[in-house]
Amino acid sequence: MGESILEVKGLKVYYYTREGVVRAVDNVDFFMEKGETVGLVGESGSGKSTLGFSILKLIPPPGKIVDGKIIFDGIDLTELDEKEMREIRGKRISMVFQDPMTSLNPLMKIGDHLVETIMTHEEVTREEAEERALALLRDVGIMPDRFHDYPHQFSGGMRQRVMIALALALNPDIVIADEPTSALDVIVQFQILDLMERLKKQYNVGMIFISHDISVVAEISDKIALMYAGQIVEYANAIPFFEEHLHPYAELLLQSVPNIELSDQKLKYIPGLPPDLLHPPSGCRFHPRCPYAESICKEKDPPLLEINTGHFVKCFRYK
Amino acid sequence: MIIKVVNLKKYFPVQKSFLERLFARKLDYVKAVDGISFEIEKGEVFTIAGESGCGKTTTGRLVTRLIDPTDGKILFKEKDITFLRGEELRRLRKHIQIIFQDPYASLNPRMKIGEIVGHPLEIHEIATGDEKKKLVLEMLEKVDLKPAEKFYDMYPHELSGGQRQRVAIARAMILNPDFIVADEPISMIDVSLRAKILELMTELKEEFDLTYLFITHDLAVAKYISDRIAIMYLGKIVEMGQKELIFSNPLHPYTIALLSAIPIPNPKRKRKRIELKGEVPSSINIPSGCRFHPRCPYKEDICSKEEPQLIEAEKDHYVACHRVQ
Ligand SMILES: Nc1ncnc2c1ncn2[C@@H]1O[C@H](COP(=O)(O)OP(=O)(O)OP(=O)(O)O)[C@@H](O)[C@H]1O
Ligand SMILES: Nc1ncnc2c1ncn2[C@@H]1O[C@H](COP(=O)(O)OP(=O)(O)OP(=O)(O)O)[C@@H](O)[C@H]1O
Ligand code: SF4
Ligand SMILES: [Mg+2]
Ligand SMILES: [Mg+2]
Repeated sequence: MGESILEVKGLKVYYYTREGVVRAVDNVDFFMEKGETVGLVGESGSGKSTLGFSILKLIPPPGKIVDGKIIFDGIDLTELDEKEMREIRGKRISMVFQDPMTSLNPLMKIGDHLVETIMTHEEVTREEAEERALALLRDVGIMPDRFHDYPHQFSGGMRQRVMIALALALNPDIVIADEPTSALDVIVQFQILDLMERLKKQYNVGMIFISHDISVVAEISDKIALMYAGQIVEYANAIPFFEEHLHPYAELLLQSVPNIELSDQKLKYIPGLPPDLLHPPSGCRFHPRCPYAESICKEKDPPLLEINTGHFVKCFRYK
Repeated sequence: MIIKVVNLKKYFPVQKSFLERLFARKLDYVKAVDGISFEIEKGEVFTIAGESGCGKTTTGRLVTRLIDPTDGKILFKEKDITFLRGEELRRLRKHIQIIFQDPYASLNPRMKIGEIVGHPLEIHEIATGDEKKKLVLEMLEKVDLKPAEKFYDMYPHELSGGQRQRVAIARAMILNPDFIVADEPISMIDVSLRAKILELMTELKEEFDLTYLFITHDLAVAKYISDRIAIMYLGKIVEMGQKELIFSNPLHPYTIALLSAIPIPNPKRKRKRIELKGEVPSSINIPSGCRFHPRCPYKEDICSKEEPQLIEAEKDHYVACHRVQ
């Protein structure tokens, strides 16, 4: 086992809306080792982005971290104040979003985004910062002659490359990438996944890769964390997850996605509807849709148990 | 044959500012669909696949006659429908229906589900009152919106994405059409609900003897649902044929790249490198010759000069590439 870099314990993040309390992240435990990529996957609304943002303590109101610990490199981030968090954000944990335009300034040249980021966080001269910016752009496959271009002159894929360069600019320990390829076409998505795979080794950076697409997650992750209704229901290394998944939701989900490598695939579907986090089901949150549910599933919340070494599941079928 | 399209084109004029218009020598056009031909047999699922902006939706809207083509011909059951107007076009709508991508935008939020699904019956003066209600309830049952009585009185915002798409399907089916264009019908609904919608569409196809033009950007979905597939790139069909042939023996370099870029839920697979550089160029300045040539790893001199024609490379498998003779 490698060195632990992040450990989330009993994390609860709720949104206090007018309609009631949305339990977006509800008692989540997980850990991550240095340099590894965790694929955080689940349906829309399962709480992936909330979990990602809460690690940086960037939950928008009416959201709040209600309980739990986020231990990053030995420090509990939930105890830090805003000023201390600013030392962590960008520098030690950075983020890449689905829509790069939300984080790029349309009036600022591409190269200056990088230069500015480096200069605000580090004691360097402008020349040094520019040199580093050029090297970063080269690493993400952007030619130096585009240094002075503006974001709108870039295609979607190129902007995402810029975002990746920005996320890596300060040599962070972890990059949280929230659906970084979901808005891109399949070929550009492939190019970006390829790039991220290469850079995570080169920069020795850990990554939390968030996606609703289990196939995309399979392409890049060392570990898979499967979320359902605000909870991690299975957590394992990628290969055992895909080959020996334990949770009924994992089983049904994998049988419901078309796989181009299979011929005459018979798709199965998950009965019922995704849960409403204002009124999550009692007991195991998957029980209303689970073909294996028994009476205990309705009554009690199953614990997340380590069934095989490093393979965790939250389901009463496993003891 | 139910639908035949010959050399179909749709050019949209590019919106320009007043000054640009004043000084421009000629209008610029987005060549959204730039000369495509295909036939769809009765009972078939014919899929158009390709990346964003390649002209899939425009093709769907042309075939359903929601927009007029710039050039070319559309035949429905041997009859030329390219320029139907007025009453004749209205009657055609009974036979040709479309399901849109966005189940949120395509349903009127102020109408009850029963009214939405029954609306076409009124427009086409097929049924009103109790008779209409009876037909609508039957249709709601067929698309699995049960109990139908309950859904009849609900509003779109009370339904999930998957349920809304069922409403859109019910509305498209209620006139008992022959031909349905389904434009990315599952891309905006929850992953866990997609397979069920695909299954429903397949069941309804058998029951109502339907023919589908299915539009998707997802080749894994195309593989699952289709009989034949056409791959579009920048307004043109670059490869077309029997599904099995497209997947087992892709011939166009673009199809090959597209197939190897598809993510697979199997972490053991070693990704094959694709030699494809860059991104799709704008459909205003379409490259000369083969429009794929600037990105093609196999390009030769002829590729930038001459446009390759779609030729039959093997039985029921067509490709437009100079490498394939
Ligand atoms: N600002 C907010 N106010 C109130 N509720 C919110 C807010 N943001 C998210 N939620 C709710 O929290 C739950 C989890 O949302 P979150 O965005 O974390 O899910 P997700 O898994 O990232 O989904 P997606 O795949 O759609 O991005 C959802 O029920 C959502 O409606
Ligand atoms: N009404 C319009 N006016 C001007 N340009 C248009 C119009 N409709 C489509 N286009 C352009 O035509 C091209 C093809 O668009 P179309 O919507 O058919 O593509 P698509 O393959 O359906 O893409 P997507 O996968 O994003 O839905 C695009 O460049 C688009 O911007
Ligand atoms: S705990 Fe019960 S309901 Fe939940 S997934 Fe396991 S078997 Fe199904
Ligand atoms: Mg999200
Ligand atoms: Mg479209």
